[in-house]
Amino acid sequence: MFYREAGDFKVSYADDSQTFPIKFDRYRYYVVLAVAFGIIPFLINDYWANAILLPFLIYSIAAIGLNILVGYCGQVSLGTGGFMAVGAYACYKLMTAFPEVSMFIHVVLAGGITAGVCVLFGLPSLRIKGFYLAVATLAAQFFLVWLFNRVPWFYNYSASGQINAPERDTFGILITGPNAPAWATYLFCLIFLTVCALVARNLTRGTVGRSWMAIRDMDIAAEIIGVNPLKAKLTAFAVSGFFIGISGALFFAVYLGAVEVGEAFGISKSFLVLFMVIIGGLGSIFGSFAGAAFLVLLPVILKVVGVDLLNWPTDIVAHFQLVIVGALIIVFLIAEPHGMAQLWRVAKEKLRLWPFPH
Amino acid sequence: MKKTLTTLALGAAMAAGPAMADLVFPDLSYRTGPYAAGGIPFSDGYNDYFTLLNERDGGIGGVPAKVIECETGYNTEKGVECYESTKGQGALIYQPLSTGITYQLIPKVTADNIPLHTMGYGRTSAANGEVFSHVFNYPANYWNGASGVVNYLLESNGGDISGKKIALVYHNSAYGKEPIRTLEELSKKHGFELIALPVDHPGQEQKSQWLQIRRERPDNVVMWGWGVMNQVAIQEAANIRFPMENFIGVWWSGAEHDVMPAGDKADGYKAVTFHNVGRDFPVFDDIQKYVVDAGKAAGAGDQVGNVLYNRGMYAAMLAAEAAKTAQEIHGTADITAAMMRDGMEALVIDEAKMEALGMPNFGPTFNVSCDNHGGPGLVGVTQWDAESKTWSLISDFKPSDTEVIGKLIEEDSGAYAAENNIEPRCN
Repeated sequence: MFYREAGDFKVSYADDSQTFPIKFDRYRYYVVLAVAFGIIPFLINDYWANAILLPFLIYSIAAIGLNILVGYCGQVSLGTGGFMAVGAYACYKLMTAFPEVSMFIHVVLAGGITAGVCVLFGLPSLRIKGFYLAVATLAAQFFLVWLFNRVPWFYNYSASGQINAPERDTFGILITGPNAPAWATYLFCLIFLTVCALVARNLTRGTVGRSWMAIRDMDIAAEIIGVNPLKAKLTAFAVSGFFIGISGALFFAVYLGAVEVGEAFGISKSFLVLFMVIIGGLGSIFGSFAGAAFLVLLPVILKVVGVDLLNWPTDIVAHFQLVIVGALIIVFLIAEPHGMAQLWRVAKEKLRLWPFPH
Repeated sequence: MKKTLTTLALGAAMAAGPAMADLVFPDLSYRTGPYAAGGIPFSDGYNDYFTLLNERDGGIGGVPAKVIECETGYNTEKGVECYESTKGQGALIYQPLSTGITYQLIPKVTADNIPLHTMGYGRTSAANGEVFSHVFNYPANYWNGASGVVNYLLESNGGDISGKKIALVYHNSAYGKEPIRTLEELSKKHGFELIALPVDHPGQEQKSQWLQIRRERPDNVVMWGWGVMNQVAIQEAANIRFPMENFIGVWWSGAEHDVMPAGDKADGYKAVTFHNVGRDFPVFDDIQKYVVDAGKAAGAGDQVGNVLYNRGMYAAMLAAEAAKTAQEIHGTADITAAMMRDGMEALVIDEAKMEALGMPNFGPTFNVSCDNHGGPGLVGVTQWDAESKTWSLISDFKPSDTEVIGKLIEEDSGAYAAENNIEPRCN
């Protein structure tokens, strides 16, 4: 039907190895981009921006970051919350120290700082792996949160230990603070997400990504065929940390505007992003989007259906939400361990053969 | 065709125009999560008072009040979602009962022109109305609480606590850290030694803190806890046989569910407060008659008269009184959030008004003004009697050290104003 490859000939290697080799897929991708950049900014309001789109965009960046580490390089990490906190606090310190610098630069620098910290905590990965590495990164999570709570310099000695994003702009358009227009915050995050996804996709297609996947699939064999494990693992930690740092900076500065480290970047955040990656699909960029959308939208949808439409008590809906999300995670892990990305892939396969399956 | 167009245009105009039917009071409650024990009675009290006004008086100034409940789970992200989803429905005032969510909402409500009332919590320096135009924290704030505790200790020690050791067990979050600065200042002024012991969220794990208390042997322990942390702390204090009379909590650490688990051992535990306890007030008869017996109580309906239920009801009463004041100022019953803000700024709570509401001596009397959004900060002390399972007020509502607090408020709000380029108003 839609997914016909008939007549879609490739005459060069470049054509053959592009991200979306099927014409329909490619056009759909352009349409999605056009809608996201050209239509949504004109329709957006505060509710859509702050309750749905911003968290989706920001968690997508975090999920892409974690997916590179866990899905592509096979290094299990439970330190995502802590690394997001590094991004947030780095961004805060930069924003208050250099108020006249554009937000774009602050966010990128915050990502860079997080990349450095992430590499530091990735060093043990050269010796340990699997569960042991998970525990080492878990230590990073607790250490970083403790550090930001303990040292007043990080929160500029404020009485409450909270950090607040002051009003900052980029090209004269307010990006942070309560007066920032919804479309500007949305576009700002969207640009970061688009660039991150493009970079991630292309990295994973090239030499670097292949060496990550070689390490993931069998590290000893990879070493024998000439992959440098030190370089592969630490680049994975660096790239992953960069994306997670960006998401942390956006999470604090653009989305929430004020953050309390233990509450916003606690261990539950690490698990949330890990669940996004697992449900969405390990080792897939699309999976990161799908997982983020799933876990951001599902609670909102359940709330709208339960409270607004069915008029149930709010606490019962909140409890149901936990039950449903938990059950769905179990169902997914049993029925489709490769996540929603694999479901999508299978659906596409079926559509391409339809109506004449083998 | 022409007729259809006119009808369409008319319909559109009617849909777009303000359809003000009710006075909307969103309730960002939390009935789930580690802090639900405090969230449930507060939300029940808040809801029940508005139900009472609707059932007994036909609303506020003839307009029915409508409470939209939204579950936050004490989580700031969900709090933001709740705020965004309810603000478009004509929300008049927000009372999130969470310091974390308050910090999120302070800049947002100021931009959206909706008042925020954080009674006894939130950002203390918001008491400075010159800087925080839309944030109110009357009748008392954290620093009044800290000063109230120290004043009480001064009083019970004959006016001299120099050389005494006071330990502060606090929730390691923005909420718990708030009193530290004030207590440090007061320790300089009165010459006592302060030991600060943080407890991490949610607060079940406090063994090491209490070991330290056992080693240091402080004369008094002050607690800044919330949720499960309170129960554990009181149990731990009982375990190390710390004398309960010397253990005093802030108002968020002094409800029935905090002391019940420790049983008889909790007898004599104290907490400061800014409103009265128990249900010996005429308003409770009305609540029983119009709300509980009519089957319209919020939640399970079993919280009436508990400390936090009273606080929720008190919060609702202050909101309703501010709404009435706003209706008088602007001469309309259908008030907007901006009018509500004016009403809060002109709010006067005197004894005659409290009497008329069936709440004589339920809370301190106070006036709100443009530059003082925090009220006078009068603080009383309550004590738990384990045998009769009741809290009782053991001291009047007394003034706190405004000299120290005023300076700190000036300093902190000044820093906020400088950071955000806010021009002081009220001139």
